[in-house]
Amino acid sequence: MSDIAERVKKITVEHLDVDAAKVEPKASFIDDLGADSLDIVELVMAFEEEFDIEIPDDAAETIQTVGDAIAYIEKNNA
Amino acid sequence: MSEDSQTFPTGDLMKGKRGLVMGVANKNSIAWAIAQQLHAQGAEMAFTYVGEGLERRVRPLAESLGAEVIIPCDVTDDASMDEAFKTIEEKWGKIDFLVHAIAFADKEALKGSFVENTTREVFARAMDVSAFSFVDAANRASKIMNSGGSMITLTYLGSERVIPNYNMMGVAKAALEAATRYIARDLGKQGIRVNAISAGAIKTLSLGGIAGARSLLSEGRAWAPLREDTDPAGVAGAALYLLSDLGKSCTGETHHVDAGFHIVGMPEEDAIKGEE
Repeated sequence: MSDIAERVKKITVEHLDVDAAKVEPKASFIDDLGADSLDIVELVMAFEEEFDIEIPDDAAETIQTVGDAIAYIEKNNA
Repeated sequence: MSEDSQTFPTGDLMKGKRGLVMGVANKNSIAWAIAQQLHAQGAEMAFTYVGEGLERRVRPLAESLGAEVIIPCDVTDDASMDEAFKTIEEKWGKIDFLVHAIAFADKEALKGSFVENTTREVFARAMDVSAFSFVDAANRASKIMNSGGSMITLTYLGSERVIPNYNMMGVAKAALEAATRYIARDLGKQGIRVNAISAGAIKTLSLGGIAGARSLLSEGRAWAPLREDTDPAGVAGAALYLLSDLGKSCTGETHHVDAGFHIVGMPEEDAIKGEE
C-alpha cells in the first residue's frame, strides 16, 4: 500500500472508530463503514489537513469509497 | 494545532452558575471549547442538539462534563423550543447564562455569487436558524434567567466585510450582531448582559460547509497581526470573561477574537506573497 493509502486508512480508522481490516479500497464510507453525512464532512476536512490540499464540494461528492479518497488525493497531492 | 485534550484554566469564576449551551457539534466546535472552559471554572451546563447524528457526537462530550440535561432542540420549531426550555426550567428553575452557537445556510448560498445564489428560501432559512434563533432563545432564556445573567452568541467578520463565499452567512451574521444590541437594550433592564464574540476562522464542522474554507484559514494566518490561527481556547477565554462577573458592565458588544485579523486593511508584503 502506498504511503497515501496508509494515511487515508489510518485517518478513517481513527475517525470512524472501525476495525482496520474493514477499511479496504472498495469499502464505502457510508454503506460499509457506518459513516453519516457529518462524518463525511469531518473526514474530508481531516484529509485536507493531513495532505494540505483543498477538496472542493463537487469532488467531495464523488468520494464514496476509501479507494476514491486515495485516488483523489494521489492525483491532487502534487 | 487542535489538541484533543486542551487544558483550560481552572477556578471558581462560574461556581454556582448554571447555563444552557446550544450548538456543540463535535469536539472541534467553538461551543465545545467554551463549555470546557466554563466547566473548568465550576459551571453546570445543559446541552442541546438537533438530530440523531449530532446527538451521537454531543452526548459523550456533554456527559464527560457531567451534564445531566442533554436534550433535543430544533430552533426552527416552536414546540421543540418550548419543550427544551420547559425541561430546563423544571430541572433547575433558574439559569445564569446562555451560549448560542447555531448557524445554517444552504451550501449553494455559501459559494460563488451572493446575488445570484441567494433565493428567498435560502435567505429566510439562514436568517431563521442563524439570527432569529438567538432572539427567540434569548427571550425564552430571559424568562428563567437570574439578574446578573449573561448571554453570548458567535459571529464572524463576514458580517462587517465581504469575505469570499461567506455570502448569505455574512448577511445573517450582520442581523445577529444587530439583534445582539437590541436584545442587550431590552434585557439590560433585568440586569442581563448580551454580547457577541466574533471569532476568527477555526477548523470546525461549520467551516467545512463553506466553499474554499481552507483559504479562510491560511489567509487568516497570513494577514493576522499575530500570524497564527485563532485558538479556540482564546475564544473560550473571552466567553468566560463575558459570561462571568468579570464581564460586568459589558453589554451589547461584538468582541473580536481573531488574532487581530479584523483590523487589517491591507496585508504586509510578505503576507501577500504567501505564508511562511
